[in-house]
Amino acid sequence: MLELSSVSKTYRTGDAALSDVSLQVPKGQIVGLIGPSGAGKSTLIRCINRLVEPTAGDIVLGGKSLVSLGGRDLRRQRRRIGMIFQEYALVERLTVMENVLSGRLGYVPFWRSFLRRYEGADIQRAYQLLDRVGLLAHANKRADALSGGQRQRVGIARALAQDPDLLLVDEPTASLDPKTSRQIMRLLTEICAERNLPAIVNIHDVPLARQFMQRIVGLRAGTVVFDDAPSALTEDALTEIYGAEDWDAMRKGDDEQAEAESDALRQLAEVGA
Amino acid sequence: MIAQYPTTWRRPHQIVPDRRLRIALQIGVLVYLVLAFSTVEVNWQRVTEGMERGQRFIMGFLQPDFTSRWRDISQGLIESLTMTLTSTVVGVLISVPIGIGAARNLVPRPVYLVCRAIVAVSRSLQEVIVAIFLVAMFGFGPFAGFLTLTFATIGFIAKLLADDIEEIDETQAEAIRATGGTWFQLLDYAIKPQIMPRLIGLSLYRLDINFRESAVIGIVGAGGIGATLNTSIDRYEYDSAGAILLIIIAIVMVAEYSSSYLRKFLQ
Repeated sequence: MLELSSVSKTYRTGDAALSDVSLQVPKGQIVGLIGPSGAGKSTLIRCINRLVEPTAGDIVLGGKSLVSLGGRDLRRQRRRIGMIFQEYALVERLTVMENVLSGRLGYVPFWRSFLRRYEGADIQRAYQLLDRVGLLAHANKRADALSGGQRQRVGIARALAQDPDLLLVDEPTASLDPKTSRQIMRLLTEICAERNLPAIVNIHDVPLARQFMQRIVGLRAGTVVFDDAPSALTEDALTEIYGAEDWDAMRKGDDEQAEAESDALRQLAEVGA
Repeated sequence: MIAQYPTTWRRPHQIVPDRRLRIALQIGVLVYLVLAFSTVEVNWQRVTEGMERGQRFIMGFLQPDFTSRWRDISQGLIESLTMTLTSTVVGVLISVPIGIGAARNLVPRPVYLVCRAIVAVSRSLQEVIVAIFLVAMFGFGPFAGFLTLTFATIGFIAKLLADDIEEIDETQAEAIRATGGTWFQLLDYAIKPQIMPRLIGLSLYRLDINFRESAVIGIVGAGGIGATLNTSIDRYEYDSAGAILLIIIAIVMVAEYSSSYLRKFLQ
């Protein structure tokens, strides 16, 4: 169970990225976070594992508050939260295996990680995870030798190696083609179901969010403006999230484009005649 | 329809847009140059003497004498190579922690400022000046040269390494931070893989710079092949000096080719 109460974040420049966001995510639920660029989606999930420091509010994961922790306690909590990134964020010059094992960094002493002498159980689990995401044969390749979809699956394996109580997923499909995107989303939802893992997924692809999420939270200018099942995400709700002017502008742009095209066609026809 | 548009186009002047000011500046520069050249006194008699000496120099190069001073030359070479290798190794070992400390994205501000200050001091003092100072402190010989080159290596490697660390892909570091890793684990897993090829390349590059510098600082008394070269020129033994210069050129070329090959291999 993850509980956010009145979380706010104001950057040093004075920009309010989040204001008064409250959310509850029960175990096993996959929440899609949608909203326009700059709505604070990335900031919100980074506040949870404190890659970004929230300026106000409280975040509680499994009965433990995360906001006031520092040093060792913070690292202890971070290892419970797996994170998956937009551009995969694999360490490209390390092998696939090292990338997966790096999910164990919060658990092992420095000398083990430095000498790559992980415990047998950790290595076994890493192989198991690589098998689960279908990359067992690629364990010894360098991460930069893989394709986008394969890299994202390594990213998923790394997050799961942490043995997490929560997954934070930042635009997992933004750099992937539509087919691979669906495969990755399916893998994510399957894994969350298998482990009864809660997940917060930033996603800007609305149809994809409708297809795979159990619940959708709409963020606009740092505040929650929609929080319901995907079926309730109507045209009106989308307008509420993405803004009415934008929709009109886009449509107007489309009209202009269509006019210009038909004009060009007409001229071509005249020249031909 | 198209007639309304001009048919000529000139690139607007980017630096001084005003035409009159531009011409005034050009004339000013020309006048200054004429005046400056007229103050350079050329003693033509000395120039002819110099040409004669230069001719002997070139003749010496054409008939390099490796044998008659071979003991001095080989001793100088060994000193230089030892100085080069030891100072590069020690310099790199010291400059890695300083370079990490001078990377703004890894350390607290006070550490950053101290490390950048060390880099600035090391870089602002030219090798020859440091060598003169250290020779005065520790006497003639390769020890002063070793210290000089180590000192110069620290500034060079630490600065370039720090700049490189500041330009790493931050998301990889963010990912390692998100797993709950410590600062040292972050260094090992996110920073090291990104900068290692560059560090090796820089160290090899510094190795051949250090060899060339060892010849220069030898002239001010810091031992090595430079000292031998200086002695042979003082004795008007241009044939031996030519031999020494040829050896230096050969070694620098070997170092250049082998280091670029190694760097390509390590990418």
